[in-house]
Amino acid sequence: MLLVLLVTSFIVFGMMYLAPGSPLAFVLGPRGGTPEQVAAVTAQYHFDDPFFVRYFRWLGDIFQGNLGSSIVYRQDVTALMSGRIGTTAALVSLSAVLIAVVGVGSGMLAALKSRWVDTIISTIAAIGLSTPVFVIGVALISVFAVGLGWFPTFGVGSGGLDTLVHLILPAIALAVASAAYLARITKAAVNEERTREHVQTAKVRGLAPGVIVRRHVLRNALIPITTVMGLTVATLIAGAVVVENVFALDGLGSLLVRAILQRDFAVVQAVILVLVVAFVVVNAVVDFLYTVIDPRIALGSRQ
Amino acid sequence: MTISMEKTVKTPAVAARQPGFLQKGYERLGLAGSAAALVLLFVSLSAAFAPLLAPYDPDFPDLLAALSGPTAEHPLGTDALGRDILSRLMWGARVTLAGPGLVILLSTVVGTVLALVAAWCGGRVDTVISWVLDILFAVPGIVFALISVAIWGPSLFTVVAGLAVAYIPYVARVVRGAGLRERNLPYVSAAWLQGQSGAGITFTQILPNVQGIVIAQAISSLGFAVIDLAAVSFLGLGVQPPTADLGLMVKSGFDSVLRGHPAEAIAAGVLIILIVWCVTVIGDRLTTAARSMR
Repeated sequence: MLLVLLVTSFIVFGMMYLAPGSPLAFVLGPRGGTPEQVAAVTAQYHFDDPFFVRYFRWLGDIFQGNLGSSIVYRQDVTALMSGRIGTTAALVSLSAVLIAVVGVGSGMLAALKSRWVDTIISTIAAIGLSTPVFVIGVALISVFAVGLGWFPTFGVGSGGLDTLVHLILPAIALAVASAAYLARITKAAVNEERTREHVQTAKVRGLAPGVIVRRHVLRNALIPITTVMGLTVATLIAGAVVVENVFALDGLGSLLVRAILQRDFAVVQAVILVLVVAFVVVNAVVDFLYTVIDPRIALGSRQ
Repeated sequence: MTISMEKTVKTPAVAARQPGFLQKGYERLGLAGSAAALVLLFVSLSAAFAPLLAPYDPDFPDLLAALSGPTAEHPLGTDALGRDILSRLMWGARVTLAGPGLVILLSTVVGTVLALVAAWCGGRVDTVISWVLDILFAVPGIVFALISVAIWGPSLFTVVAGLAVAYIPYVARVVRGAGLRERNLPYVSAAWLQGQSGAGITFTQILPNVQGIVIAQAISSLGFAVIDLAAVSFLGLGVQPPTADLGLMVKSGFDSVLRGHPAEAIAAGVLIILIVWCVTVIGDRLTTAARSMR
């Protein structure tokens, strides 16, 4: 896991040197600078040092919370990101809650209720799974913000409840595809558990159907559900990049896209690094959750 | 000379006795899958022959007819610059299908070779390859596309390159599993005893036996590649205007939606959903068919 971080940090750092043009040009901008400026920047960024020396210095800086400074905003990257990370985190968590509730809920409905319910839910899930998040975002804005005027179109609002209202449509847009996928997985897992012997035994013993579902079916179906939920949160972080741009939310994702377009490398490196750290942390948390849900699985022995 | 001629004469006779290509396809795809394949074929053909079929030049701006809505001349209406939406859909589908197709082709070839080498060699080679695949797998595809764009600038090819790397593990994981299973089957040891080399066995014996899984996985991934590439273009980091692309059309249609003209966004959005849905259905059927043949 640490290795993943080390490798990605190396790639992210090396990125700047793979790009065409000298790294000096990124700092000074396309117009270049006077020889004094070039000398000053070279000294400031240690461009004369060997590649690996620079890499480890950069890594050391990151551990001290110094992510460099943006050439476009003339500001510390850390400061730039700390103001926006909350928006992205709120969006992703709201969306994750929606996915867990709607995905598991509708998956169970599809598995346990009549065939009609199953057909309807499976069809909706298939369409949801085929719809890109930006198409859903555009559709939601058109219908609920522009058409019906129930929700604000853009922005994050002014904090508290207002922010929550502003984040509802983006969170729904982000949630649809993953909720559809989770519903499928839940349905398959529940259907599989229901045919197991211990569930049949419980039925024969005359336990109430609700108790059987809660204690015997759902608890055992939780393993695949957790796996998918973990993968889902990782894709949500990437999907947030798109959703923030559709809804003009000022989060990490829109910062990243703007930085790429403006070739603001310090910001690009920092945001991608934060995203990758988030993926790795989420994966680690999922690994840990396995051991909580099913004590038979030892930590580190993921199948 | 005589042998090769005999072969050409015999082939049709042999083919006639086996179930035909269409029949085989129908058996694997089922009703829904076949319907999806037909729709996809229709979309691909109209995209491939867009230069001949499209009623208008996709880039010709008829500013007087801008945002006209569906009319007799423009069955799906025109966009904000007065360009015919139907023609742009046909041209846009070219990019939206060819780009992801290239992504899947590249990642499938690289992924399959890596996976089969890992499965054959085992040991340290397998450990290293699996480790690389795990790292690639941990990061969502779109992030690779963004890294690639950040380095080489926004264009269709930088995005395709980034996504091709990102999609390697999806194919490779499945093929490695299948390769490991095949490796222990008697036909492999038989070929080994006959003195065939490891590379020979891998690519002439094992590869044909896992090709069903390879194709099923490639098609399943194609749907995700379509979504990812369209998303990057939507962000303005992929295909650049004025090239017609479905992701870009949703983007420019989005601006028209805010002014009360939803035609372009709806047309492009629905076509993306249709393409992805068809690809996903076909991929699902092929995966089920490949599994049941094991």
